[in-house]
Amino acid sequence: MRQYNTGYQFKEGFHSIFAHGLMSFAAVCMIVACLIIMGSFSLVAVNLDNTLGDLEAQNEFTAYIDDSLSETEIQKLQSQIEAIPNVSTVTFVSREQALQDYIQRYSDSENSDLFQSLPQEVLRNRFQIHVVSIEDISSTVQSVEQVNGIAKVRAELEIAQGFVAVRNVASAVAFILVMLLLVISLFIIANTIKLTTFHRREEIAIMKMCGATNWFIRWPFIFEGMLLGFAGAVIAFFIQWGIYSLILNAVANYGGLQLLDIIPFRNLAGRLGVTFGGAGLLIGGGGSLLAIRKFLQV
Amino acid sequence: MIKLIDIQETYDNGTKALKGVSMRIDDGEFVFLVGPSGSGKSTIVKLITGEIAPTTGRLMVNGYNMNTIHPRQIPGMRRTLGVIFQDFRLIEKKSVMENLSFVMRVVGASPREIAKRIPYILNLVGLEGKEHALPSELSGGEQQRVAIARALVNNPCVIIADEPTGNLDPQRSLEIMMLLERINRLGTTVLVVTHEKELVNRFSKRVVAIENGRVISDEMGGYYSDETI
Repeated sequence: MRQYNTGYQFKEGFHSIFAHGLMSFAAVCMIVACLIIMGSFSLVAVNLDNTLGDLEAQNEFTAYIDDSLSETEIQKLQSQIEAIPNVSTVTFVSREQALQDYIQRYSDSENSDLFQSLPQEVLRNRFQIHVVSIEDISSTVQSVEQVNGIAKVRAELEIAQGFVAVRNVASAVAFILVMLLLVISLFIIANTIKLTTFHRREEIAIMKMCGATNWFIRWPFIFEGMLLGFAGAVIAFFIQWGIYSLILNAVANYGGLQLLDIIPFRNLAGRLGVTFGGAGLLIGGGGSLLAIRKFLQV
Repeated sequence: MIKLIDIQETYDNGTKALKGVSMRIDDGEFVFLVGPSGSGKSTIVKLITGEIAPTTGRLMVNGYNMNTIHPRQIPGMRRTLGVIFQDFRLIEKKSVMENLSFVMRVVGASPREIAKRIPYILNLVGLEGKEHALPSELSGGEQQRVAIARALVNNPCVIIADEPTGNLDPQRSLEIMMLLERINRLGTTVLVVTHEKELVNRFSKRVVAIENGRVISDEMGGYYSDETI
């Protein structure tokens, strides 16, 4: 006969939202505030990760080719390097091309004329090598160094390791902050719902005296909390959307922040919506569970 | 059946509420539990309803051993009881119908069973036509009738009425007591906790008198007189 209770308990939870309108409003406001704070931190973390990822993707190192190698041998060498794990692309740059690049790069500097008269023999043929994962760049550099025909390798390992460290720290800090905010939100919501529950302690005591099990009493409160949490999540989603769009426009209009690669909201909306929905249900339902615990001891 | 054997109850603050109470209430009995304030009457009710556990002694309630009962079994045990309180304890925001139906929901009754049972019970307690009224729209006597209906709706073995007439005038009190007597005649065990001697004396029932945590008299067809307490 228990199947009759689920619908009843859901209905009770739904009615209770309107029966305690002011408290419900307070709980939704708290959920919205908590989710926006959490969402903002998460979005900053995602964008930071994305920007670092882009910078990582640009990371490369240079392998200088032994001058004694013929053109055919250089082509074989290129294939050999391409076969090394973690190597993404290998681009051959001739000494002529390298000189052109130098001249172009320093054309605006005071000493640009120095490069104009530079003989191309002072430069070597080289490979520009991109890596798949920046975390494994050290071992890739070592492997390339051991290839016969490579005279020297120049890699900015400190920069690469710096990216990895920043990315790891940023991910860890964002994760800890979001978890911390989730727990804080849970307790704030629990206390808000506890105020609602306090008004209904007599009702709970009556139910207990009539032989209601703890779960029979809990479910309407959990449904109520989940509905409030979901409503809060929907509102928070749209507010977050607005805030994000404002920031996106501000970054686009401010030249100094061009380095930041902000992800368009439409690319994040799905994930953010699911996360907000899930977090809202969890915070609302979990908060109700915590709130009602004390009042069930009758 | 309710059986108390040498029950002692000491509260956390050291108060000895019961000092060796033994009594037995058989199925179908009507019993008045009488005594002055602070004598231990409410403690006996709390023990029977499982709100507190006995400090020492043995307590059986409708086949449940209250000394060893698991917290998960308490809802099941409470469904064998119907409890009526002095202050009615109705849910103010629910109508009469809803106050009764949620108790049936507790035991998993279907909407059809609820729709069939509640009019019968309301008719039994004389509240036909009041299904949709809120408790605040009813008189004290009517509210207590709703409380009695709520206690009866799941057809319990025992009705425990804790000072059921404490908030009512003499005429309404008599009506409530007559209603409880009628329910008892239909086969339900009734335990009425009261200190209204005139009311007790009007009914020739078993009276268990308690004072200072001890049973001082237990007489079949007895009465509650100044000499007894």
